[in-house]
Amino acid sequence: MADSTYPIPGPLETTPRRWSQAAVLEWLNSWVVTVDHKKLGILYMVYAIFFLLVGGAEAIAIRIQLIQPNMHFISPQVFNRLFTMHGTTMVFLVGMTYIFGFANYLIPLMIGARDMAFPRLNALSFWLTFFGGILLYYSFIGGGGLYGQGNAPDVTWWAYAPLTSRAFSPGHSTDYWALSLIVTGFGTIGAAVNVIATALCMRCKGMTLMRLPLLVWLNMVTAFLALLAITPLTAAQIMLLIDRYLGGHFFDTQAGGSAVIWAHFFWIFGHPEVYVLVLPAFAIANEVIPVFSRKAIFGYPAMVAASVGIAFVSLGVWAHHMFTIGMTSVGNAFFVLSTMLVGIPTGIKIFNWLATMWGGKIRFATPMLFCTAFVLQFLLAGLTGIMLAVAPWDWQLHNSYFVIAHFHYVLVGAIVFCIFAGIYYWYPKVTGRMLSEKLGKWHFWLFIIGFHVTFDVMHIPGLLGMPRSIYTYGADRGWGTLNMIVSIGGIIQAIAVLVFAWNLIWSYFKGKEAGNDPWDAWTLEWATPSPPPAYNFATDPVVTSRRPLWDLKHPDDPDWKYE
Amino acid sequence: MSTVATVAQAEHEQWVQPSKGRVAMLCLIIAESAIFTIFVVAYIYNIGRSLYGPTPSQVLDVPLFNTIALLSSSLTIWLSERAIEQNKVRTFGLWWGLTFVLGAIFLVGTGFEWNKLIYHDGLTISTNLFGTTFYSLVGLHASHVTIGLCALLIVLLFTITGHVKEEHAERIQVLALYWHFVDAVWIVVFTVVYIIGR
Repeated sequence: MADSTYPIPGPLETTPRRWSQAAVLEWLNSWVVTVDHKKLGILYMVYAIFFLLVGGAEAIAIRIQLIQPNMHFISPQVFNRLFTMHGTTMVFLVGMTYIFGFANYLIPLMIGARDMAFPRLNALSFWLTFFGGILLYYSFIGGGGLYGQGNAPDVTWWAYAPLTSRAFSPGHSTDYWALSLIVTGFGTIGAAVNVIATALCMRCKGMTLMRLPLLVWLNMVTAFLALLAITPLTAAQIMLLIDRYLGGHFFDTQAGGSAVIWAHFFWIFGHPEVYVLVLPAFAIANEVIPVFSRKAIFGYPAMVAASVGIAFVSLGVWAHHMFTIGMTSVGNAFFVLSTMLVGIPTGIKIFNWLATMWGGKIRFATPMLFCTAFVLQFLLAGLTGIMLAVAPWDWQLHNSYFVIAHFHYVLVGAIVFCIFAGIYYWYPKVTGRMLSEKLGKWHFWLFIIGFHVTFDVMHIPGLLGMPRSIYTYGADRGWGTLNMIVSIGGIIQAIAVLVFAWNLIWSYFKGKEAGNDPWDAWTLEWATPSPPPAYNFATDPVVTSRRPLWDLKHPDDPDWKYE
Repeated sequence: MSTVATVAQAEHEQWVQPSKGRVAMLCLIIAESAIFTIFVVAYIYNIGRSLYGPTPSQVLDVPLFNTIALLSSSLTIWLSERAIEQNKVRTFGLWWGLTFVLGAIFLVGTGFEWNKLIYHDGLTISTNLFGTTFYSLVGLHASHVTIGLCALLIVLLFTITGHVKEEHAERIQVLALYWHFVDAVWIVVFTVVYIIGR
């Protein structure tokens, strides 16, 4: 390039870059000060995967403690902290961040935009979430407080009053918990505002709302739901802090306050939260399943309507977490029925995925393997959900391992499977290299075997009466063998996740070159180079159908003729 | 394949999308409404549950003057919005300044009310359940007024230094949306605290 026409004095530097201290600092700085949606998306994902490993390690410690009756692998106090931190980490630091990882990276690319609507708000949201996570884990050091009590929070992730009052939670561990959730909550609100504004206002020419890729649609619905669901939690945490620091009486029954109202406020957040987490997983499945079935998604408008329906219904089901708290029979009946109503839109979705696969030319690459398993597992998780929605059944099994098995079936069997599918699907776009299919198959089969060994079996000790959150149990209860199997399954899953982590690192350096469009897909992000340049699209794209790349590849048979 | 050039059919149609500032502010208002809803529900649920006094009927006076000041600020800010749209920067500045003053009157009035409650009636946030719910709900609203006043003041300073022009009309209207929201919330808080709860 010595005869370059660029206005640069002398020839361009062509020697390979060497790692000096300045170069490393510059590289680090570029990640800290970035407002680029792609970099922030990657940061969100790295953060989520890091905490997935941390939360997973906590789960393994819990499972080793429960592997046999009367174990003393860890102390009861540590056990309480671990299951509190496991729940909080997985929901707020993994679940809430993977959403915005995918949303940030993909939405502008999918709608043909240069960036998110508010790039700086985007960076602020990420760093708020980041500091919230640090705040939560700093409690291991700072939570002892002046009293030398506690360290990490040990009040369970739903933190029922009055356990969180000063009398029962001395020290600062509960404060760290509340503050960290307020801070990550603000991050979530900022990110959700950004997602909605981007999806509504930054679309390229021709990208009408009914042509938006389903991933964008579902993330927009998720963001709306997050605005309505996260904020009640923030409000409740503010009340908790007023009680703890300013001597308030919101949850203080001795002054006329109510402990039950905390449960209501928490689950007004807590149940829509489940849908906040699962809708982006559906979003991933909505992109992966059609591409690997070689068919357009079945029933696009029905999918959009079902997502909006799920979001709407989910706002009115929270008290099904509280059937044993002593509501009136009218209250119980209302929440039984509203909960069962969720089955209708989710059923529509499952049938649409099946219909998309039906008659398709299915390619079982790793993303599709994960999505296929997801459809089946999500169905099963939904069915146990319907069982638990029946109040008398719930009275019997409330707070038992049956409930744990049910919601892990959703959170792992549906959400984590879809996260893995999404990472296998978009990793080539992000890094320019394919993830190893061989390691991917190992990861998938180990993980699905581990998953079913753990969570299928876990229903049984629940039916036999094993309560959740217990430190250990007697040998005469007959739960020993089952717990042993559950724990072994957990360890198999851990090995699978380590294979996955190794795959991420190995493929980054040694993976096959991906090219722009390795999966022969149809949405706009595959029209950019891999990885996409900072400006995304050299010219503003114009779309005329839901599958712009299909139109480009098949000018003789474009999609817009049929829409 | 680094660029996409598809059939240019939609070329002739007008491509209009909503303003991102307005959408974002409406989203923020939705989120804020959810926070206020929880505090309002907590207030209503706890009316009359305080086990010991002072009770609302003993200590609360209806802050009519404050309320009129705050609600009329919604009108003045609307007049200023109209003025900037028509490029009348001076009129805009006057109405905007008046809005700020009316908001400040409300905040000072709340200060006097709290001063009376704390030093005369001995009601603090930790005195009883009523105190807890009262100060947190009214305080949440007052903190929003404070943030709104800061934003109004910044725009006012820009206006005085001559930086506000017609092209900023949309941004100003987005900010005004927030102020309208703060006023609307006061109608709810006022009804719940001073009419239903007293």
